[in-house]
Amino acid sequence: MTHATLPDTQPQPDKRSWWRRHQVAVSPWLFLAPGMIFFLVYVIVPIFQSFQISLLRWDGLGAPEYIGLRNYQELYYDDAFYTALRNNLLWLLLYLLAIPAGLFIALFLNQTVTGIRLYKSLFFFPFVISQVVVGLVFTWFYDPTFGLLNIILGWVGLGPVNVLGDPTYVTYGIIAAGLWPQTAYCMILYLTGLNGVNPEQIEAGRLDNAKGWKMLWYIIIPQLKPATFIAFVVTIIGALRSFDLISIMTNGGPFGESRVLSFYMFEVALSEYGFRMGYGAAIAVVLFLIMLCFIAYFLWSMYQEDKGR
Amino acid sequence: MFPTPVAKTSRTWRITYQGLLPVVLVIWLLPLISIAVFSIKPDSDFTTGNYWGWPGSFEGFANYGRVFFDSDMPRYLLNSVLITVPTVIGCMVLSSMTGFALGIYKFRANLWIFFMFVAGNFVPFQILMVPVRDLTLQMGLYNTKTGLVLFHIAFQTGFRTLFMRNFIRALPYELIEAARVEGVAEWRIFWYVVLPLMKPALAAMAVLVFTFIWNDYFWAVVLTQGVESQPVTAGITSFNAQYRAAYHLMSAGSIVAALPPVAMFFLMQKHFIAGLTLGAVK
Repeated sequence: MTHATLPDTQPQPDKRSWWRRHQVAVSPWLFLAPGMIFFLVYVIVPIFQSFQISLLRWDGLGAPEYIGLRNYQELYYDDAFYTALRNNLLWLLLYLLAIPAGLFIALFLNQTVTGIRLYKSLFFFPFVISQVVVGLVFTWFYDPTFGLLNIILGWVGLGPVNVLGDPTYVTYGIIAAGLWPQTAYCMILYLTGLNGVNPEQIEAGRLDNAKGWKMLWYIIIPQLKPATFIAFVVTIIGALRSFDLISIMTNGGPFGESRVLSFYMFEVALSEYGFRMGYGAAIAVVLFLIMLCFIAYFLWSMYQEDKGR
Repeated sequence: MFPTPVAKTSRTWRITYQGLLPVVLVIWLLPLISIAVFSIKPDSDFTTGNYWGWPGSFEGFANYGRVFFDSDMPRYLLNSVLITVPTVIGCMVLSSMTGFALGIYKFRANLWIFFMFVAGNFVPFQILMVPVRDLTLQMGLYNTKTGLVLFHIAFQTGFRTLFMRNFIRALPYELIEAARVEGVAEWRIFWYVVLPLMKPALAAMAVLVFTFIWNDYFWAVVLTQGVESQPVTAGITSFNAQYRAAYHLMSAGSIVAALPPVAMFFLMQKHFIAGLTLGAVK
């Protein structure tokens, strides 16, 4: 790790104390130690432990039994797992809509009329409130007896839909609720991004007769790349972590049709379906492997950027 | 500026835009507005089916009064505060140190440690659930606020390290070198040179961590159980079970639960946004 910078053969021994001589080499480790210990104990080690637990049959209390890959074998034949996996992919794909939607709202709000600051913060509101509340609000919005959605549908002559009670619509309904705060997040990222767009390039574009969509596509969006990157990262992470909304709005139902991996694993490991820690851990491992592809990509992008400095 | 400022466009578009803004805002916030209206309605409105109409009478005080004096809500709110505030402080302490170490010193493992923090944070945290719950149980901290706080500090530190390190990287390095030449000890450089410059980053981090932890639901459900330790996000579900179908009370309860982060956001908006963009978008 860290080595002495002065060779032993030096004729004139350094009179400064050991600490003085090695301060610069040792200090970073001292500064890192508390944070790293916390992080190792609570984050890094548990990742590996989960891999290990996924090979066990364990109820969380008694003695665990090693069963090899049997949990994964069971997953392979588990229909509920595939439903959850399919829903996870849906979440990933549809959640990304938050990025263009956020950009669109940001463009709409990027003006300098009176009170625009207040408008911007009010548009950001949904992101600041807890997903538990968002879930509750949308549950009422979809409610078949009094929900606003069905009232609005009634105006155009469409029959009442029980969004959260219908296996075909339920996941879409929950994703729509999730898109609301996520769009607000992307919007704020783009608003800050738009602030930093080079005005000279816009003028140059205007001189070249670039307008509207063309201007947006060729001049603005390339300059918003850092904002888009962060929006992409947070949206992907948000989609894979989705749990709160499902737990609040449907609790996985109807018939488990709205489960995603993160919810399913929670259900398997910590609910009335029994405390199957090993099976839950196996599901978490699958989720982790999906995420790993994205993590690798994110880190690679960050590494490229870091090299550029 | 893009799109073209309305001031430079035709009069009709300017007026349309100004008229459009509030309309779009109301549509965007409709779900929130509706629970705000629900929360001041009387009980009778819901039994007579007057869900979306004008409130039959103003019952705001009565409804919010019941939330505060007739339920466990104040207890949950206090728990949330006792979980959130220590987490914010712990996270500020730890991540300003890790950020300093990774931002200032050049050593071989630097980038790898940095990546460890970042990667650990992109992890879907469900993979931590079983081991962390077990660890908390073994430490005897299951169903305590401390157990939740310790985990939150650890997990948030990773993400905040990324933010702090980027911020410190952007500081003029000459300052630190000058201090070293003067023979200033490293911890003094941290304390007297870098920390004062980190104030905006620390503020940004504090509001952001506050919001995230306040709104956390997953870990609250995994690591705590009862009224003595659960934060308000988890408490609201038992509150709702208690007042099943009492929409006016559920709305009032939700608003109370959601308010602190909202207030935080309005008070420290500038810092909040700086924090969200990770300092990468200026």
